[in-house]
Parts: sequence; structure tokens; C-alpha cells
Amino acid sequence: MSVKITNWPGTEVTLEQIQRGDITAIPYAPRAEYAWDTGVAIRKYLEALRDGYLLGVRCPRCDRTVIPPRAFCELCFSSAIEYVPLQDTGTVNTFSLCYVTWDVQWITEPLVPAVIEIDGASEGMGILHLLGEVDPQAVKTGLRVEAVWKTKRSRQGAITDIKYFRPVRGK
Amino acid sequence: MHGEGRKGNLALFSNLWAEGLAASMATAPRVAIIGVGRTPARGRTGDLSYRELIYDAAVRAYADAGIAHTEVDVFVSCAEDMIEGTSICDEYTPDQLGAVMKPVHTITGDGILGLATGVMQIQSGVAEICAVEARSKASNVLTLPAIHQYALDPVWERHIDAHPLFLAGLEMQYLLSREGPTDRDCAEVVVNNRRHGLRNPWAPYGANLTLDEVLASPPVADPLKALEVAPYSDGAAVIVLASESRTAHTPHAPVWVRGTGWASDSPTVATRDWDTPRAAQLAARMALDESGVALDTLDVIEVDDTYAYKQLQHLDAVGLGSSHGAVNRSGGALSLGNLLEASGAYRVCELVDQLRGRAEGRQVLDARRGLALSWRGLPTTSYACCILEAA
Amino acid sequence: MRDVAVIGAGMTKFVRRAQETPKELAFHAARMALDSCGLDIKDIDCVIHGTAPDAFDGMHMKGEYLLDGSGGFGKPYLRCYVGGGTGVFAPICAWYHLASGKFDTALVVCEEKMSSCQPHPQAAFISIFDHTTERPLLPNLLWIFALEQQRYMARYGLTVRDIAPVSVKNKRNALDHPCAQLGADLTVDDILASPLVAWPVHRLMVSPTSDGAAAVVMAAEPKAQRISDQPVWMQGVGWCLASSYWTNRDLYYPAYVEQAAWMAYKMAGVTEPRKQINIAEPYDPFAYKELHHLEGLQLAPKGKAPELLAQGVFNRDGDLPACPSGGLLGVGNPIAAAGMMKICELFWQMRGEAGKRQVPGTPERGVAQAWGDLMQVGTVTVMGTKKPHG
Repeated sequence: MSVKITNWPGTEVTLEQIQRGDITAIPYAPRAEYAWDTGVAIRKYLEALRDGYLLGVRCPRCDRTVIPPRAFCELCFSSAIEYVPLQDTGTVNTFSLCYVTWDVQWITEPLVPAVIEIDGASEGMGILHLLGEVDPQAVKTGLRVEAVWKTKRSRQGAITDIKYFRPVRGK
Repeated sequence: MHGEGRKGNLALFSNLWAEGLAASMATAPRVAIIGVGRTPARGRTGDLSYRELIYDAAVRAYADAGIAHTEVDVFVSCAEDMIEGTSICDEYTPDQLGAVMKPVHTITGDGILGLATGVMQIQSGVAEICAVEARSKASNVLTLPAIHQYALDPVWERHIDAHPLFLAGLEMQYLLSREGPTDRDCAEVVVNNRRHGLRNPWAPYGANLTLDEVLASPPVADPLKALEVAPYSDGAAVIVLASESRTAHTPHAPVWVRGTGWASDSPTVATRDWDTPRAAQLAARMALDESGVALDTLDVIEVDDTYAYKQLQHLDAVGLGSSHGAVNRSGGALSLGNLLEASGAYRVCELVDQLRGRAEGRQVLDARRGLALSWRGLPTTSYACCILEAA
Repeated sequence: MRDVAVIGAGMTKFVRRAQETPKELAFHAARMALDSCGLDIKDIDCVIHGTAPDAFDGMHMKGEYLLDGSGGFGKPYLRCYVGGGTGVFAPICAWYHLASGKFDTALVVCEEKMSSCQPHPQAAFISIFDHTTERPLLPNLLWIFALEQQRYMARYGLTVRDIAPVSVKNKRNALDHPCAQLGADLTVDDILASPLVAWPVHRLMVSPTSDGAAAVVMAAEPKAQRISDQPVWMQGVGWCLASSYWTNRDLYYPAYVEQAAWMAYKMAGVTEPRKQINIAEPYDPFAYKELHHLEGLQLAPKGKAPELLAQGVFNRDGDLPACPSGGLLGVGNPIAAAGMMKICELFWQMRGEAGKRQVPGTPERGVAQAWGDLMQVGTVTVMGTKKPHG
């Protein structure tokens, strides 16, 4: 800070002061609703999920198979991509044990988010998902996992058609 | 037009930039538009995601400019979180522009402001080629009026639970109460623009309407009538800018950016000037002064007409009478649709078509110079302007 | 390309919950920056505003709302946006406004009022994830940092104990910052004893949500020298955005920070950053991030930043002070304002005005860096006492 300045603006107040009404606050809840067009590539991805498999795309120029699918290769900018069904097994690239929910509630049993490199895609190509049926302390980079799907009737064409990934049995 | 009163208003905004500008601009390289690409504006674009829409525009633009995506040095995207439905929406910009691992940034502004930032980046010496992108997926926003209302001041304005169009109604009411445009003049804007729109392949809402039909259309925010409000549309546009040193071998002759300007008045409804869109005057004046061109040498004019009365207001702000020819030959927003932040970009594309002599069906003869003025829409008072010239 | 300098700076306190409205916060910082160099708003040719997601302050078109508080009334006003990278990008945006020759003076204001967001600002971060492929999993911001930290640690065999000293250093540095939210004298054990929010991240390794604003005044030559007798020059600027497909990238190393850094270093004529940079303000929203970014900035070899940290290299009295301000971990994290706070810090340090935080010697050249998006954007400025072009 400049040594010349002695007065720093900014007044701290507490939540209690606001809740007591000592500090005026105006509540407002915005109405923000969207229906995003999935487009070509993600529609195919979602349809594949509904049908019980993971879909990627391959760029022949870059010789790269990636997931989630995209209608063009973001590196060489070609739209000559090919859709490639992938396996529903993979390897944990990285993970965490999270004790806080998205809306800041503390939980005792951690959620285990992970980036899972999908078999059939190029190295390092992963998706975000959750791990389940796993001892949190046993998770590590390199763990082999498989998708656990919802029943065919429950699947809707969403990333949550996969409930979670669990360690591959018998390995 | 420019009376003493307005000059007095302009003087309230002490803006010393014009003095030093001429000297410092002398050494900056000239910048041109070497390519444009846009998708046909449509009410719905359900088959394509926003990524795919932008990719389409980018591919067209790079082909039009005769460049590979790898030749673009810097990129600018024009977007707002609440329209995209994603926080930090600037994350989702590089892939569909071929901009991965390049200098990319977003502005929460419209396409013409994006163009102005591209010009500055090139003139600063940090880049030779810049691509500017803007898009609208208005059809994907289910609660657009509520989102617009969310832009009103939370303490003083938001409590008015009316459709935000009431602001346009207020402004039009005020305009009509002065000795200026009449109700019929405003309705005539709709008739003219939508007729021009019939000849614009990029516009979805061209129509043959009569004056009586427009005047009889139901009021949405009296005196503003339903047919005087541009309906929303989807679309994406990409503009490729280049430093003079990169314009020698392009497929089309470069379209020079002679001047840019932008400004904002008060964001608060109660404290802004209701008489004149001062910020539009400032933006236009800034662009005109930089370009050094005279108003009467402009051949094609594209000014925002999101609401029909706005066209008249904007022409006045620029200093042009409504009798000036070749206004909104694109059909304006009334024909192209309200493309949100992409509106200005589509107007620039129109100017480029005109100045290249390729505006099929709606070509203005011997078009050499054009002006485009954009407005960011309700409830803002933010404007951007550019002046383009054929090589 | 004209030379551009920072000639004035100001900021508000960073607090968990401010009484001031967003406009007032912006005004205070802007007014302070103007006063610090004896200018008034009429002397400003253009205004650049930086602020991060609208969701926090609770506005659509937040930039428009803030423009009068930021001095933009009747002026060319622009809000630039690169997520968390905004605080260091806003001066870069101002740099090109001025270097292009279009304007001579700029006011750059960054503001954030995260406390407006209820029930907790952190909940708003769910909307940064892809709406179709990720949001249904109910992700939170902690995930993405924890995933990256784990990858970084696994790659180099690091432990949480190697990383925790960053929190210790920065929170201690922040005790000397009059605007700091979380200045504290803690030990590594204190850090590791704090609750685990998302393994391997402990609560005291995470910067807080904050309210605050910071601003600088910038000018191009020759006005910069006419107005200020100690301008701090923008010697180099760089920015870089990686693919949004973050799960297709190896998170152990921020290649986008390296790219942005070299862009800035090249412009500044820096060929050996570790030798030629005297002081650094890397972005530290999480403790490991400072190390991650120091490596990306070429100020530590890959995987070796924790070692240099342990040796005291990055202490205020070390060979290369990093976050002498106290960083985000100590001063606070009102997103865009936090990055701008780093710009202000370099400005004050290089003029010998940082008071108790002043690093020994006279730093001549420093680097400020911010990061943002989905582990994606690097924004870098090299600032120095020497005018770039004589």
C-alpha cells in the first residue's frame, strides 16, 4: 500500500446484522431458465448414453480420439471427424474426496469426483464423473474403473445415465 | 439536428482525447476487415449448439479472408453470462474459433465494440490478425424478459414488475411528445426496413407490410406497438481484422476501418438523458472525428433499430436526417431479428457486403463509405460505432 | 507501440461482507487511484472495468451497472472478461487502449461483491461447468482445484506438507497489508489441522470469498512522465486461453500460463526470467496454485517450486519474493479485484511505497499473473521501473 495512504475504505458487516435488519438488504431471486440446444455432437453423445455406451470422435488429421464428442477438431479445425464408440472402462487420471456439496453443505461421506481416461480414446482423454462403490482411501491415479449404468428403462440420454464408475472387479 | 442545446450537452462530457488523438494515431498501422462470416439469422437454430453455430461462422470468415485459423494472432468474443446461462462463459470460446492456446478474451459488449478492441490490439503492435466473434442463441433463453429485468438497478428499478419493454415505451412516449418524429414516422421505419429485409438472404423476418397494419398492431408498451419491436433471432458472426501489412493477398479487397467510437451514458434509468441518446452522439462523433470523413460522404448507414423509433433517434444522434438514403438496407434488426450482442456484428457484415459490391439484391450503387451504430439494448445506454471504407 | 505506465493505484479493504454497494466499492477504489496521482475523472480518456461472474453481485450486465461507480459515465467504457484472470487482464486491456495511440489515459477498475450471492457465493460456481456434460453431476469449484492439486502432487511425489507453507507465508505477509481479510500467524501444522474440504485441499489452503475493489490509473508516454515522476512501466503483456475441454488436458502443469508468460517476457526483453524478475505476484487462490503458477511463469523448474519454497526463496526477504502482498490467501479473493490488487502491489513495491511489506533491495522488474476459467487462462504482466523504449 502506499505509505502515504492511511484511510482504507470498506466497512465490514456481519450476516447477523443483515438478518436482524440493522443493515438493509433487498432479496431477489432471478428467473433464469434455459433450454440449450445440444447440437449435433452432444445430441449423439446423449443418445449413446441412453443406449448404454460412451461415444467419442476421432480426428484423422490429428490422429486423436477424444471424448466428449465435438463436431470439429479444435486443434486442426477440421470437421471431418468420425464418431467412434468407446468402451465404458477407464483409468483414473486424477480424483478428489470432497466433503462439501455444491451448495456448501458439509457431508461426512465424501463424494469422489474423478477425471477418468476412457478406454478407446487417446491417452489423457477423460471425462468428469463420480466414483462409487469404492473405499475413498483406496482411490489413486491409475485405478482401473468401469461404468455402472442405470437400467435401460431409467436412462434418459444424460451424463447421469451412468450412476458412477467403480473399481474393475477382479483386478 | 445539431443545435446549440446538444452541443452544450456534449460539452458536459469533457473528452480531451480528440486533441492528442490525431498526433498519436499518425504512427499506428491502418486496420482492415479482410473477411466476414455469418450464419443465416433464424428464429431457431435447434440443430446446432452455440459451439457449432460459431464454428460455422468462423469457417466462413476464415475462408472469406483466405487464411487458416492458425494465422489469427488474437481473438475477441462478445458475450454475457446470463444470456449464455453459464458463469465465466468466456471459458467456452476458444475451441470453435480455432483459438486454443492463443490470446483470447471476452468483452461484455456487442460486436462493434469487439471490432474496436480488435483494432486497438492490432494498432498496439501485439497482433497482426484478429478475429472477433459474437453470437445469439436467444431461442435458448426461456426467460429473456426476466433476464433483462435482472439488469435493472436492484434497489431503484427492479421492483417495477412490468416487462422491461416499458423502458422503450417510456422513451418513445417522450420522443413523440417533442417536436420530432410522429407515430407514423416510426411505423414507416417498420414498413421500409422489413421490405428491405425481403431482399436480404441473411434475414428471416422480411415482409411486405402496410403502414396501417403497423399502426394497428397491438400495443406492447404504449405507444410502442408489437410490429415495432424486433423479434429475437439466433445467429453467429465472425469478423477478421488485419493490419495493413497483411492485406496484400487477400481474396477480397480490404475494407478499411477508418474510425471507431464507443460511449455510455448513465446506467440508471432516472438519471440518463431522455431527450437525446448522448452516448450515441459521443460514439458516432468519436468515430467520425477519427476517420476525418464528412457525414455527407457516407453512402450506407446501418443504425440500431431494435425498436422502430430508435432508428430515428439514432440517425439524429449521428447527425443524419431521416431523408438520407441507404439506411438499414440490411432490413435492420426488424428484419434480421434482435441478435443480442451479435446485432452490431451483422450490421458490420452488411456494410462489408455493400462496400465490396456484393450485397446482391440490395446493393447501394457506388457504395464506398459506411457507418454502423450499435446499441446494447435495454436497459443500457451503451453504444459503439464504426466507419468503414472500401479500398 | 507506445510505452504505457501505471501512475496511480488504490483499493478498498477486502472483507467477507461489505456494507458498501458494488458501485460504492468501485467508486472508492477509483477515487483513490485518481487521488494518488493527482488526477480527476475529467483527465481520464477511457475506462476499463474488470469483474468476474455476474452471478455474484446479482446483476445481469453487471458491467453496465458498475459503470458510473467506475467513472465510465459519458466516456468510452468497456468491461473485459476472462474469469479469474480478469484482474491482471484489465490492465492489459487498458494497455492496448493506450499503446494503440487511441487514448492517452485510462482508469482501470476491478470490483467484486460476492457476499450478495445467497446462501453462499461458492454455490454460484456450479454454473461454470458445462451445462449438459458436467452440471448434472452437481460439481463444485473445490472439485476442479482438488483434482488439479492431486495430479500435480502425484506427478512429482509431493505431499500436502510440501504445499502448506504457501498458506503460512502468504497469511503472514498479509498481516502487514492494511486491507487484508485473513492475515494470520500460523504454522504448517495449523494449516494441515484445518478441516479437509476436498482431499488434498485443507480449508486454510483455500482463499475466501470476499467483497472489494481495486483500481489503477494508466497513461501512455509522454503523459505518463508528465503526470508522474515515478511511473511503473508495463514492459510486457501476455494472455493465453487453453481449450475448454479441461478433462482432455494434463492438469499437472499450466501450459497456458507458460505461453502467456513468454508472450509478456518476449515483449519485455526478458530471456532468463528466474534471473531477471525481482519480485512476483502469482495468483494463489489455493496454496498449491502459487507453486503451479511459479513453475508456469518459469520462475521455478517443473516440480521444483515446493523445494525453492522450503528453502525460503519466495519469502519476502528471499531471492525472489512471491506474493509479498499476502496474496489471495491472505488479503482476500474478490475475484477480479484480487488480481488487480497484485498489480497495485507491484506498483507500490517498485516505488518503495509498500511500507511494512516492502521487499529488501529495490525491485526493478516484477511479474503479476492471474488465472481463471476451467484451469484455462493465464494473464501475465511484466512491470518495471525502466521505460521499455528509452
